[in-house]
Amino acid sequence: MLIIEDLRVELADRIILEHIDLEIKQGETHMLFGPNGSGKTSLLMTIMGYPQYKVLSGKIMFKGEDITYKPINERAQLGIGMSYQRPPTIHGLKTRQMVSLCGKGKVNEEELAGRINFKGFLDRDINAGFSGGEIKRSELLQLMAQNPDLMLFDEPESGVDMENMSLVGKTIAALLQRNGFSNEGKSKLQTKREREKMGLIITHTGYILDYVTADKGQVLFEGRLSSVENPREILKCVGESGYEECVKCMTGCN
Amino acid sequence: MYDRMQLKEKAEKARDKKAAIGPDIDLNEYTTAPVQHAYMADDELCHMPEQEQHLLSMTGIDVTKKERGGTYFQKDTQVIHCHTRQDGIEVIPITKALEKYDWIGEYYWKLASVDTDKYTAAAELDLHDGYVIRALPGSKSIYPVQACLYLDKEGLQQNVHNIIIAEEGSELHIITGCASSPHMKTGLHVGVSEFFIKKNARVSFTMIHNFAEKMVVRPRSVARVEEGGLFLNNYICMKPVKSLQMYPTTYLVGRDAVARFYSIIVGSPGSEYDLGSRIFLKEPGCRAEIIARSISNGGNVMNRGHLIGDAPDIKAHLECRGLLINGGIIDAIPELTAHVEGVEMSHEAAVGKIAQEEIAYLMSRGLSQDEATAVIVRGFLSVDIPGLPPQLKAEIDKAIEESDKDVM
Repeated sequence: MLIIEDLRVELADRIILEHIDLEIKQGETHMLFGPNGSGKTSLLMTIMGYPQYKVLSGKIMFKGEDITYKPINERAQLGIGMSYQRPPTIHGLKTRQMVSLCGKGKVNEEELAGRINFKGFLDRDINAGFSGGEIKRSELLQLMAQNPDLMLFDEPESGVDMENMSLVGKTIAALLQRNGFSNEGKSKLQTKREREKMGLIITHTGYILDYVTADKGQVLFEGRLSSVENPREILKCVGESGYEECVKCMTGCN
Repeated sequence: MYDRMQLKEKAEKARDKKAAIGPDIDLNEYTTAPVQHAYMADDELCHMPEQEQHLLSMTGIDVTKKERGGTYFQKDTQVIHCHTRQDGIEVIPITKALEKYDWIGEYYWKLASVDTDKYTAAAELDLHDGYVIRALPGSKSIYPVQACLYLDKEGLQQNVHNIIIAEEGSELHIITGCASSPHMKTGLHVGVSEFFIKKNARVSFTMIHNFAEKMVVRPRSVARVEEGGLFLNNYICMKPVKSLQMYPTTYLVGRDAVARFYSIIVGSPGSEYDLGSRIFLKEPGCRAEIIARSISNGGNVMNRGHLIGDAPDIKAHLECRGLLINGGIIDAIPELTAHVEGVEMSHEAAVGKIAQEEIAYLMSRGLSQDEATAVIVRGFLSVDIPGLPPQLKAEIDKAIEESDKDVM
């Protein structure tokens, strides 16, 4: 379980997140909406532990541990992983080696890459000249190898072509143990009860909802977070009247 | 034909001539007196002290000679092993070649000038030995020939002259390791090398240096590549050295001749490196590439490179990247000179430190900061070298792997 309490975050001397409360229970996946520049990526980076995102007050708990000031790698070891939107290129580091590092040498890179149609990229330097869609698949491949319990996805559908959208969507669903994947004949309720993986997915379009069901929708607006039960409602509301009205209505309703 | 007397006279005049670049070295601080070492048979090579074997193995020298086409081993001033086991390849000590074969006169000091500076002069006036490696026309070397220049005597100035000849259509791979014994502190290595790569011949030359911290190294190399020939030159130095200065020159004199130079340097504290490559492209269709990677964790690294386009339709590129890890200085001075229209020449140089973003990315996959740094450094140093036999690629990887501990 991830619990964020009254979090206040500063980036380059500017407050970018304030009064953030968030709770993702075991097995839950949340969608994160918000206009450009509202701080969605910052929230993910703060959870992952990037030191330039300075936590001024509040705390982040994961699996019962206070991780507010833990370094990135300790969070990763606790089971937090991230799919980046613009990851850096590391020259001389082959994608194959990167996947192996993610899987601590215990994964079959070929087999995993085959699942996401990425075999042809294994011997290329990680992220070097990758297109938007290729980056998404590379990031998913790394998460498949890493297999974290809480996965943070930064716009997993942006730049992905129609053909690969379903592949990306289904892969994320499988990673998050969603939509009947790997249920092995169990009842829906049982699958849900046994589900362990948690997800927080940034999306603008909501296309991902066609493949991944979500338990909650979160809207980040002007540095503050508000939540509703049904993420599709947010999409509909934002589409009709914009983020500001939508947030007013939501906070009014709650 | 050559006149040894004339060469000696020329050398004598350059006895005190300072080098064009690099710190000047007082040769009086070193001794050049011959050091006697017994010749070693095959099994004796394998029974060298473990520490020495390890040192040699770090420079790519395999004492079992299993995957080597020939071996030349010089300790201080003396040849202690010289053997070839592949048809079409000759390995001869140069002193013997000068004594016995007239043809050596067509090569000896024909590319390098004996009066270049005090180091070339010393190599003529006080020549100890060196190797002549010759691939006969059309011969293909399956395994690389290995050459080792080993220093054991404290304070020695080792003067070496090497000649590499690849006859028409031949293919030759050489790995040469220069090392000094573990107890050694100071010494000077002077190495003149002349490469003759004839029509359609292919030569790869991989040099790994593993010297003592107070060693001074002054290689002086010149290569000539004829039509359709290929010269692939790799230089790796991951260990500290007091001062290393070299600026090898290659002349591409025939159509479609190709030269590619790769260098990987790790500059340790107290070490000074000044190195570069100079390539003249003299005929249409010639190609040249210089790729340099240097890391400094406290040393001074000067990277030079000069491409000279003398004919149309040539293509040349120079790439120099430097990474500062823990202080030190990296200079990059790339030069391009075009003398005619229709040349395509470019260079790219970048010096920086490890990007925090890359470290954080790897840490978010579970690596510690140190592990992440090591991965990035290893990636930085791993250059794809096309045309290199797998055994040599493995030797380079091994040298890089081994250096990781020193770099961090």
